[in-house]
Amino acid sequence: MFDVIVIGGGVIGGLVLRELTKYKLRVCLLEKEHDVCMGASKANSGIVHAGYDASVGSLKAKFNVAGNLMMEGVCAELGVKFRRNGSLVVAFSKEEMETLSALKERGEKNGVSGLEIINQARLREMEKNISDEALGALYAPTGGIVCPYELAIASIGNAMDNGAKLYTDFNVSAIEKTENGYVVKSDDGQEVYAKTIINCAGLYSGKIAKMFGDNDIEVGARKGEYILLDRESGDFVSHTLFFTPTQKGKGILVTQTVDNNILLGPTAEEQEHADTETSANGLSFVIEKASKMTKRPPLFNTITSFAGVRAYSSRHDFIIENSKNAKGVIHCAGIESPGLTASPAIAKYVVEELVSKWVVLESNEAFNGNRKPDYFFKNLSMEEKNEIIKKDPSYGKIVCRCEQVTEGEILRAIRENPPAKDIDGVKRRTRSGMGRCQGGFCQPYVAELIAKEQGIALEEVTKNGKGAYLLTGVTK
Amino acid sequence: MKTNYDLVIIGGGPAGLAAAISAYDNGVKDILILEREEKTGGILNQCIHNGFGLTRFKESLSGPEYAARFIVGVRERNIEVLTKTTVLSLSKDKKITAINTQDGIFTLQAKAVILAMGCRERSRGALNIAGTRPAGIYSAGTAQKYVNIKGYMPGKRVVILGSGDIGLIMARRMTLEGAKVLAVCEIMPYSSGLKRNIAQCLDDFNIPLYLNHTITKIEGDKRVTGVVVSKVDENKKPIAGTEMHFDCDTVLFSVGLIPENELTKGAGIELSHRTRGAVVSQTRETSEEGIFACGNVLQVHDLVDFVSEEAEMAGMYAAKYILDGKQTQNYVNVINGKNVSYVCPQRIDKNLDGNVKLFFRVTNTFKDCTITAKCGDKILMQKKKKIAVPGEMETLMLLKTKLLDVEGDIEVSLEVQND
Repeated sequence: MFDVIVIGGGVIGGLVLRELTKYKLRVCLLEKEHDVCMGASKANSGIVHAGYDASVGSLKAKFNVAGNLMMEGVCAELGVKFRRNGSLVVAFSKEEMETLSALKERGEKNGVSGLEIINQARLREMEKNISDEALGALYAPTGGIVCPYELAIASIGNAMDNGAKLYTDFNVSAIEKTENGYVVKSDDGQEVYAKTIINCAGLYSGKIAKMFGDNDIEVGARKGEYILLDRESGDFVSHTLFFTPTQKGKGILVTQTVDNNILLGPTAEEQEHADTETSANGLSFVIEKASKMTKRPPLFNTITSFAGVRAYSSRHDFIIENSKNAKGVIHCAGIESPGLTASPAIAKYVVEELVSKWVVLESNEAFNGNRKPDYFFKNLSMEEKNEIIKKDPSYGKIVCRCEQVTEGEILRAIRENPPAKDIDGVKRRTRSGMGRCQGGFCQPYVAELIAKEQGIALEEVTKNGKGAYLLTGVTK
Repeated sequence: MKTNYDLVIIGGGPAGLAAAISAYDNGVKDILILEREEKTGGILNQCIHNGFGLTRFKESLSGPEYAARFIVGVRERNIEVLTKTTVLSLSKDKKITAINTQDGIFTLQAKAVILAMGCRERSRGALNIAGTRPAGIYSAGTAQKYVNIKGYMPGKRVVILGSGDIGLIMARRMTLEGAKVLAVCEIMPYSSGLKRNIAQCLDDFNIPLYLNHTITKIEGDKRVTGVVVSKVDENKKPIAGTEMHFDCDTVLFSVGLIPENELTKGAGIELSHRTRGAVVSQTRETSEEGIFACGNVLQVHDLVDFVSEEAEMAGMYAAKYILDGKQTQNYVNVINGKNVSYVCPQRIDKNLDGNVKLFFRVTNTFKDCTITAKCGDKILMQKKKKIAVPGEMETLMLLKTKLLDVEGDIEVSLEVQND
């Protein structure tokens, strides 16, 4: 019997779970996939928005601005990389310059500080590769970048270190009322009991809401395709560059990532099923737009292209509320952009304002919100690294050449909360395989380390869970 | 541990081993080879097919056998080798920072450095191929490692994109191990692999080669279930209506090799955007004094025999530099002209004795053509070719006597006769 069940192991579920462990509560996280962070939080732009986009008075505006202010502190505690690189909304026409003024005004009403409209000369000074056609921009110095899966994994890991329990491969198929609360059942017969349930199921938050009869929560899927460029081109831009929103939509962004890659994208395609296929048209659109924003994007340094799916709600705003039909049930649904930015603020609000109505919040003195960063080894001095290698020689062996990831870091990812189970899990936690060779060199080594640690045969190691086998058998 | 060496060689593959032996035989004895794998030999260790050494030794060796000749040579000379050691950075003043489990992170100082890091394969990601990203997608070299080193099969029904030599070799290897290779697709109108590999690895096994074709979509959620292959037009754009579907569980990529020059870049050494290797003179000295480069880190060679030859040259000149110090230099540039994609070396020191062999590739398939090296209107060397293809490196020997009074750039170009 738990006090609170969180459904969905993305960045919202992760930070809500962590927030809950600050109190003396028995809490758990249910994730339908074999690893956490497998939905929208796995593949998005990683932008910490300033807060000028959302309409005044919306939940989006409120949590965006609050989340932006909290992000730096949360990332520091969790050892997650964060950088306030500043955003530029770039205008290509007089009309768009006027839109910038409206955006600035809206941002100021939302409480965004430091907004400034800059001219062409200043823009060119700030971004050497900006298109010659760009006339000016709205500069938001509070805009930032973060790695979304790093944040989600770190928050879940930290919550687990503070006592939260994680159930993976728990695909919720039914929720029933019990005497004191609810029983949540999985499609393979597992059952978990709790007084309170928080629905953070992302793309599936509408489906979960319907299990409580909350039929007014409609959540759709929108796909975004991206192209990622090598760190070698990492200084191509330094800010996050947005197109000025028009009636046709926002267009793509061109940004540096916290790991110093360059990210181009996303497209925005609404779809019925949450597939993450890339398409020739989608990728050409990204290239076309990136080439409009900047002069000669270094596409020869492309290291991969991918697609992510994000949720959107029919209300065009976040849905963060108590169930209308079931007591002790809270929905965080349709958390679309700027959901990543808003996540720390949403988590705090949900626990302090909503959960507190259903369970007693008694402070957990044992809570330790600090987590050793996944890349702690990378950040050390040569002397400190040598101390560690002396104690644990596996930190002296480079496994991933491109990102210089050591065997020690990979073993740590396999052993620590939440444990990496497969090649992609190790990749998201350590960056092994994220670089320019895309795992060509390191994958066989990583597979061997996983097999050894888990005591399984090499053929049983997968890329990302059941069915994603790497090998089909032994040679003759 | 010893931290000062006359010569440090980064990489213990065929280039590094040959360079070490050559430097030693030219009088430098204080040499260290740094190798990241458990043993030297580089990628040759997983190339268990034969055909190595035909040019150099006039016999057909397997990769490990070819490597063994040099490994033995290094051992006989008692040249120091540090394996399981990865170089993290290199500086202009020839300080090398490396890491291993025994010594942790440490810095070495060398009088001269030879870069012999080899190359890596281009991955699927670099090509922006549409579709899903399931398991079962490998570069040909990774598949080769699983099969030949680890003893595992990466799949059963295979489509290969790219007709580079590793792809062709793996088509045969996978077939011999019981897999079905359904197709090899090549976006260009010609294969970039050696003719003998097309005959021995595809034709002999009835594996179809689709020229002017590429993979336009990869399918499968968790594991590859199929690919769509389309014909391309002369601009390499897929032609609608030409789609073919293959049910397969594996896709191998053999779509080009990229010299691994991250350390070179880090040291601020000038790189050629054409070879993606360092800009060098005929001594294989880079833009930084006393730092040399050879083998596939400098330019991707067709045969290991040529890697060895180039490495010996680098080893000899590195030894000369260590023993005699810096000499005055007098450079002219070598540039690529019409129908030539690159030339290496990119400059020639006229003060040096000896003829200079130019290595270069042509941009397309040409029949009955003339290759010319000239300076202004003055022809330095010319030769006729029945056929020249991008997949086979061309050479041209410039005689010392012709180089003496050259002033200004030397241009290498190809003209088709009766053009």
